[in-house]
Amino acid sequence: MVDQSITSLAKKLRAKDISSVELTQDYLARIKHLDGQLNSYITVSDEIALAQAEAADKLIASGSTSALAGIPIAHKDLFCTDGILTTCASKMLHNFIPPYESTVTGRMQASGAVTLGKTNMDEFAMGSSNENSHYGAVKNPWNIDKVPGGSSGGSAAAVAAGLCVAATGTDTGGSIRQPASFCGITGLKPTYGRVSRFGMIAYASSLDQAGPMARSAEDCAFILQSIAGFDTNDSTCSEIATEDYTANLDAPLNGLSIGLPKEYFGDGLNNDVAKAIQDAVKEFEKLGATVKEISLPNLNLSIPSYYVIAPSEASSNLSRFDGVRYGYRCEDPKDLMDMYKRSRGEGFGKEVQKRIMVGTYALSEGYYDAYYLKAQRIRRLIKEDFVKAFEQVDVIMGPVAPTTAFGIGAKTDDPIAMYLEDIYTLSVNLAGVPAMSIPAGFADGMPVGLQIMGNYFSEAKLLNVAHKFQQATDWHTKNPSLAEGA
Amino acid sequence: MNWEVVIGLEIHAQLSTNSKLFSGAATSFGAEPNTNTTLVDLGMPGALPVFNKEALRMAVMFGHAVNAEIGMTSIFARKNYFYPDLPKGYQTSQMDDPIVGKGHLDITLDDGTMKRVGITRAHLEEDAGKSLHEDFHGMTGIDLNRSSTPLLEIVSEPDIRSAKEAVAYVKMIHSIVTYLGICDGNMAEGNMRCDVNISLRPNGQEAYGTRTEIKNVNSFRFIERAIYTEIERQADILEDGGKITQETRLYDPDKDETRSMRSKEEANDYRYFPCPDLLPIELTQEYVDQIAANLPELPKQKADRFMSEYKLSEYDAGVLSATRAMADYFEETANVAGNAKLAANWVMGELSKYLNSESKDISESPVSAGHLGGLLVRIEDNTINGKTAKSVLQAMWDGEGSADDIIEAKGLKQVTDTGAIEAVIQSVIDANPAQVEQFRASDEDKQKKMIGFFMGQVMKASQGKANPGMVTPILNKLLKG
Amino acid sequence: MSLEKQDVLKIAHLARLSLDDNDAEQYQNSLTSILDLVEQMQSVDTNGVEPLSNPLEAKQRLRDDVVTEGNRRNAFLANAPQTEAGLFLVPQVIE
Repeated sequence: MVDQSITSLAKKLRAKDISSVELTQDYLARIKHLDGQLNSYITVSDEIALAQAEAADKLIASGSTSALAGIPIAHKDLFCTDGILTTCASKMLHNFIPPYESTVTGRMQASGAVTLGKTNMDEFAMGSSNENSHYGAVKNPWNIDKVPGGSSGGSAAAVAAGLCVAATGTDTGGSIRQPASFCGITGLKPTYGRVSRFGMIAYASSLDQAGPMARSAEDCAFILQSIAGFDTNDSTCSEIATEDYTANLDAPLNGLSIGLPKEYFGDGLNNDVAKAIQDAVKEFEKLGATVKEISLPNLNLSIPSYYVIAPSEASSNLSRFDGVRYGYRCEDPKDLMDMYKRSRGEGFGKEVQKRIMVGTYALSEGYYDAYYLKAQRIRRLIKEDFVKAFEQVDVIMGPVAPTTAFGIGAKTDDPIAMYLEDIYTLSVNLAGVPAMSIPAGFADGMPVGLQIMGNYFSEAKLLNVAHKFQQATDWHTKNPSLAEGA
Repeated sequence: MNWEVVIGLEIHAQLSTNSKLFSGAATSFGAEPNTNTTLVDLGMPGALPVFNKEALRMAVMFGHAVNAEIGMTSIFARKNYFYPDLPKGYQTSQMDDPIVGKGHLDITLDDGTMKRVGITRAHLEEDAGKSLHEDFHGMTGIDLNRSSTPLLEIVSEPDIRSAKEAVAYVKMIHSIVTYLGICDGNMAEGNMRCDVNISLRPNGQEAYGTRTEIKNVNSFRFIERAIYTEIERQADILEDGGKITQETRLYDPDKDETRSMRSKEEANDYRYFPCPDLLPIELTQEYVDQIAANLPELPKQKADRFMSEYKLSEYDAGVLSATRAMADYFEETANVAGNAKLAANWVMGELSKYLNSESKDISESPVSAGHLGGLLVRIEDNTINGKTAKSVLQAMWDGEGSADDIIEAKGLKQVTDTGAIEAVIQSVIDANPAQVEQFRASDEDKQKKMIGFFMGQVMKASQGKANPGMVTPILNKLLKG
Repeated sequence: MSLEKQDVLKIAHLARLSLDDNDAEQYQNSLTSILDLVEQMQSVDTNGVEPLSNPLEAKQRLRDDVVTEGNRRNAFLANAPQTEAGLFLVPQVIE
C-alpha cells in the first residue's frame, strides 16, 4: 500500500478494498517501525489520525468524491494545528498547542485527509539541511548519512520513505523544492498568494508560500486543489480564481517552449546533476517541446537580496516569541529585560539567532537604505528578469540545487557555502512565481531534482508539464530501501 | 530674558469602530481583561492582520475636516520594539506614507482673533495593551483588550505659542473628531491622549530650542497645567545657564510637576519597514470625493448656520456649537420648543447653571433636550409663566418627569379662562374697597402706578396661575367700573 | 564590512538576545561573513528602480467593520507561562 498514488488509494477506499482506518494503522505502524532511522516526525498524532480516519470512512461511505478523503498525510510542524503540538522545531515552542487551525491544514481536513502527525524541519524554516532542529537532524532515506535538505526535510523524508502518502511543506527560498530534489519526490511551490499563509508560522512574510510534497505531480495537484484559493484571513492571499488542477494533466506538450537560463548551467553545477537535467530536457523534446537558451541575468544577486530581505522580515516576525503569552520562558528571570533576553537566547537556536541579528542590523538606523531598500530594488530587477523570460518561453527549467544531498555535518562549519547552495531556488521566491521539483534521475545513487518554473498563477500548466514527464519516465516511482525495524 | 514658547502636539484619537483595526474583536471599553482579544491582537504565531474598512473611512473624513492632502497610496509600517503590552514586538503604524498629509485648522483665541495651526500629518496605527501594576506577587499583569484598537495619531506643526493656544487647539481637534463621529472623545477613558512637545527660545531667535515631550496628558486642564509647569522648569534651567535634555517626561497632576521617564530613555531604534503582511492602501478619487461630499457639518459651519437660521448672536452661536453634544442638544430643544431664541437662552442660562453646579457635561444632563423643549412649549402657549417654568426645571432636574407631568401633578397650569379670572379679580375688588375708591379718584398716571398693587393681589389670590397677559385688561376694565 | 564585538552586542540587545562573550565572538565572525556576502549588492546600479516589497504588487483588501469573534480567553491563556486573574504575568514593568 505504501507507494501508491492518491488516485489508486482513493479507488481502493471506495471499493472497500481497504478502509481509511486500516490504511492509517499501516502508516502509523510504519512510522513506529522506521522513523527511528529518519527522525522525520516531531509529533505523531495517533489518536487524532484514527478518529479522522474513522470519520473519513463514513464520509466515503456517504458518497464523498473528495480525492483526499481518508488519505493519510503529514504536515510540516509550522502549520498551527488545533489541539496538536506545533513547535516549528524550536525549543521556543516546545510546549505550544494552538487553539486554532491554519487555513492549509483546515482545508485538507475538510477534504477528509487524515493527519498522521507533524514533520521535522529546520527551526523556524531557516536552513537547507534540516540540521537546525531542536528535535535533531533528519536523515535522508536514500542514505542516512546524508541530509534530506531543508527546511521541509521531515516532510520530504517521510514522503520518500513511505511514512505518509503526501505532506505539506513551505518554501521561502527553496524549502519545498530542495528537499524534494534531495529525497527524490515531487514538490510544488505555488505562486506567492495562491495559498493562504494564515496559521503558518511566519519566517519571511513576503516570500513564504505553502505547497504540496508528494510522490507525483498528480498527487500534488489533488493537494493544491484542496489548499489553494482566497482566504479572508490573509491580506496577501490572491483573489484570482483557482483552476481545476487535475483537469489538464494529460494535455499534450506539443509546442511547449522551454527556456534554459544559461546562468543555471555555469560554474558550480555538479557534472552528474547537469547530465541528469540535460537528459530530462531531452525527454521533454521527445514529448514535443522546444528548447531555447534564455538569460536571468540577475540570478547571482538573488543570494544577497534574499539574505537581507528574509532575515529582516524574520527579525520582526520572530519578535512575538518573547516568553509572555506562550512558548518558552527562561527559569527565574531576574527582571523583564532578563526574561526577554534569556527566553529568546535560550529558546532560539543559533541559526535563528544569527538571522534575527542580520535582519535587526539591516533594518537599523543608518543601514536601512543600503541594505533593506537596496535589496528590495534588486528584488524588482529579479522579478523583471522573470517577466521578460516568460514573454519568450512557457516554462523555465534547470537544476534545483548544484549538487545532490550532501553529508550530514559536511557544511555546518561553513554556513556561507550552505547559503550559496540556494542559488537556483531563491530568485523564484523573490519574484513570487511558482516552481516545482520533480525527480529526474540519480547521481552517485542520490536523487536529482529538475526544477520547472512557470509564470504567475500557472500551477495547472506546471503540473501538466510535470505529469507528462512522469508518464514518460519512472524516476518518481523509485523507492529508497530502509532497513526494517532498525 | 524673555522666552518664546514653541509647542507641537501629537494627539492620539481612538476611532470609534465596532471592531479592531486588524481583527474582528470588539473594541468595547471596560471588558474583563483579555476577553476582547483574538489571535491577531494577542500576536499568536501564524496570525495575520486584515484592515478595517471603517477605520480608513474615518481617517479620510478627518483629513477632509482639516483641509489636508489625502494619501492616495498609504502604507503600513512596523515600528519594532519590545514591551510586554506590545504582543507582536512591533506596532503596526504608518511612517513614510500616511493616510492624511499636510493640512491646517483655525482656532479662536481668547481675544477673539483667529490663529491657523498647521497639521503635519495624521496616520493610522494600532494601540497597545495595558500593563497593570497592582501587586501580583511583585509581577505586572498584561491586559491586551486594547491591543489593535484603531488610533489616529494627529501631529501638529510647532505653531503653538502658549498653553492657552494648546488647549484651544486640542479642544478644536476634540470638537472636530466628535462632530465627525469618529471618536468618542472621552479623555478620562483614554479615548483621546495628548503628547506635548515643548521648547523655549529667546524672543526673536529663529532656531528652535531643545524640546521635551510630555507623554499622555489626559485632560484639557492637565494640558494647560503641564505646559505651564514645564515652561517654568525649562526657563529656570535656561536662565541658570543650563541646558535642556531632550527626553520624554510625565506630568504628575497631584504634585503639579513633570518628571523624566528614565525607563523610556534608552535610545530606541525602531527599525521601521513596510509591513509585509499588509499591502499598500490605494484610494480612488471617487472614494475620497464621496467622503468629502458626505462630511457632516463641522463646528464652524454649524455656528454660521445657527446665526443665519436661528438668528443667534455670534457669541451664542459659538457657545452652542462648541461641542457636538451641545449643538445637538440645543437644536433638539429648539425644534421641540419651536422658538430657537428661547431655547438658546434656556440652554445657556438656566440649564448651564445646573450643569455647572454639578460639574456635568451636557451629555450627562438629567434633563433631556426633548424634556427641556417640552417645558419651553408650555411657556410659549401660556400654560405656565417664566417664573413657574424655573421651578418646573428644578423638578425636572430632580427627576420628577416631563414638564407636563410636573405641571399636572403640582397644579401649576395658568388660569386662562376669562370667567375664572374675572371672578378672582372681582373678589380682589370686593376685598379692597378703599383702594378701589382711591384708584377711581386718581388721574391716569397715578392709576398706572396703583395697578401693580391689584396685580399682585390677583396673582396671590390665583396662586400665581392667572395669566398676567389676560389679567391686565380685565383688571383695568373692572376697576374703572 | 566588518562588525566589532560591540556592534554585535548592540544588535543582540536590540533583538533581546542574551549573548555571552564566547557567543558574541562567534556571531561577530558569522555576521561579518554574511554582511560580506550581502555587500555584492552595492556594485549594482539601482538608480530609478522602485523597491519591490510584495511580488504581486496587489493592493490592500478591506474588512467590514463587524465583530466576528467572541471571548476565547481561556483557550488562549492555556499556553501562557504565567497568568492570574485573566492577565498574562511578567516580571515587574518599571515606568
